[in-house]
Amino acid sequence: MSKQTAEPISAAGAEEKSSTSVLDASEPDQKTLGRERNEAKERQKSRLAAMDRETLLNIYHQMLLIRRFEEKSAEVYVAGKIGGFCHLYIGQEAVAVGALSALRKDDYVITSYREHGHAIAKGMSPESVMAELYGKATGCSKGKGGSMHMFDKEVNFLGGHGIVGGQIPLATGTAFGSKYLGTDQVTLCFFGEAAVNQGAFHESLNMAQLWKLPVIYICENNRYGMGTSLERAMSLQNVAQKGDAYDMASEFVDGMDVLAVREATMRAVERGRKDYLPTLLEIRTYRFMGHSMSDPGNYRTRAEIEKYQERDPINLFVASLKEEKIVDDKALKRIDEEVKQQVENAVKFAEESPYPAPEELYTDIYANPIDPSKNKAR
Amino acid sequence: MPIITIREALNQAIREELARDERVFLMGEEVAEYDGAYKVTKGLLKEFGPKRVIDSPITELGFAGLGVGAAMVGLRPIIEFMTFNFSILATDQIINSAAKMLYMSGGQFNIPIVFRGPSGSAFQVSSQHSQAIESWYAHFPGLKVVMPSTAADAKGLLKSAIRDDDPVIFMEQERMYGNKGEVPDDPDFTIPLGVADVKREGTDVTIVARSLMVPVALKAADKLQEQGVSCEVIDPRTIRPLDIDTIIDSVKKTNRVVLAEESHPICGINAEISTQIMERAFDHLDAPVKRVSGIDVPMPYAKNLENLVVPDVDRLIAAVKEVAYLD
Repeated sequence: MSKQTAEPISAAGAEEKSSTSVLDASEPDQKTLGRERNEAKERQKSRLAAMDRETLLNIYHQMLLIRRFEEKSAEVYVAGKIGGFCHLYIGQEAVAVGALSALRKDDYVITSYREHGHAIAKGMSPESVMAELYGKATGCSKGKGGSMHMFDKEVNFLGGHGIVGGQIPLATGTAFGSKYLGTDQVTLCFFGEAAVNQGAFHESLNMAQLWKLPVIYICENNRYGMGTSLERAMSLQNVAQKGDAYDMASEFVDGMDVLAVREATMRAVERGRKDYLPTLLEIRTYRFMGHSMSDPGNYRTRAEIEKYQERDPINLFVASLKEEKIVDDKALKRIDEEVKQQVENAVKFAEESPYPAPEELYTDIYANPIDPSKNKAR
Repeated sequence: MPIITIREALNQAIREELARDERVFLMGEEVAEYDGAYKVTKGLLKEFGPKRVIDSPITELGFAGLGVGAAMVGLRPIIEFMTFNFSILATDQIINSAAKMLYMSGGQFNIPIVFRGPSGSAFQVSSQHSQAIESWYAHFPGLKVVMPSTAADAKGLLKSAIRDDDPVIFMEQERMYGNKGEVPDDPDFTIPLGVADVKREGTDVTIVARSLMVPVALKAADKLQEQGVSCEVIDPRTIRPLDIDTIIDSVKKTNRVVLAEESHPICGINAEISTQIMERAFDHLDAPVKRVSGIDVPMPYAKNLENLVVPDVDRLIAAVKEVAYLD
């Protein structure tokens, strides 16, 4: 396993082309498309058959929860309940949910500022996430981090980070820590494709492969860095191929297919856990909303957004569950109700929670605060 | 007490702390096989092996961030910058990650890390390799900034920095590695962060000096003593948090103060100290606070020009005489 996986496997992405072709700019002919669709269907069928119903329903539940949570975030943002920036995850749910479903609870997750979804998928309560958005004392970061800086040590969620690419060296360090301490915890590091243009990405991949660190770099390629398209920003737009530059295993994944994300992540997790080897996954996805709540959206067309919405990751997954008769409308309705209740509870909790006490301004700056005026050691 | 160089004192501190705590590791460019660009880490690879003493690629942003990440999961990294000039590449990780992690995580993730290496003016290496940037780091809450001036301080403060649970910027002075002094060999010898040291007691003028300026100030004080002027020399040792009380106490005694530093004057540490003296001891001053700083130009290469930039004994003496209204 180790020998095989130590080699770059981005070529394997070609086999997965059927699942990514819809995302490609060039349209394949109808015959090819038809064949690929059939193959994809068969693959999905065998995937579903291999999984237990509870896991599948849980995946659906999480994706829907994130979708509804984000819709509610947008709503309360517009109502002025949330301040600052608010980067929504709508459209990308399959990435966080699929990838995190492949983890153990004690594995590490670290991500960017578009992280409400990852936080929830890692097991943080919607209450603590919503309260953080509200800037309340009961928020996961006590109201000091906000939308971009969610943390929860209990579930090894190591944060939302606000500088594009800044979390990538940090993830390399947590993976270094796992290897140093001899644990088999892996680190999942999420970032957008625009972060790939930062030096931090390249410096990190080099070290991770050089030192064989158990980190999985997940590029959520949603095609836009704020309002700048991939085509206008990246000389080599095949992100997975960049793994080759560091002799790192890499793979393309269809980010609208939650089980494809899960499977690719499982392969990478095994590589990390067993052999202390890193992986680069390029997961092609799309954000249905703007970069942030203040995005005018004039850099892309409505038609383009609608094209991607045809492959809405939640709808695709539901359709396959229904086709295989894993769920019926009744079960779906029950989950819808549960999710609705969870989101309502989160908002209620956030609304009713207190703001941080003014004294909180001065706490958490140092773990060992030093007050020289009180230091009589001299 | 053994007399050793600052270089050896730092080496002892790192060695003792590596031996004391398995979670401590050392990473940086040329720290292992090369024994350190300035030989501070000499012999450590041999003693502790490549797991604990790690040569990094030349990738400052990367390994600074790696250190912060490792600190998040329970390690206690010592990250060496070959010189602090190169730390500029890593400022995003030092300032945006290390300094702010505890706060923005609502107290969940402290970062016990030491960023250390030589800083300040070197000898004839021109503008990019010879500069004092402590005021950059001292600006940010969340960081602690330490600048030792003696061998004993170097050892005692570095040990405290490594044991500290917060990010510490530990700036050694490139010209001073060979300076010698008495250093206790007790492995439990530490000096607390945030405590200034009165390097020389005096009654007429206070000189606040740090790092390279401490020996310059002491020399100036010797010469001034011959002329009947008694100087008190205070070394803050830690820039953030700053032990301003010790400085204020001295100013209240001498009523005159000269602030010495190698760094540029604009937005420098002395500008801050000066303000705090105005705020807390204005009525005790018999003369305006006088700053002696590095000349406000990029460091030149030519020896004669370089000598003009770094404050020397003569400039300090002139400043002391100015605040004492002599000559």
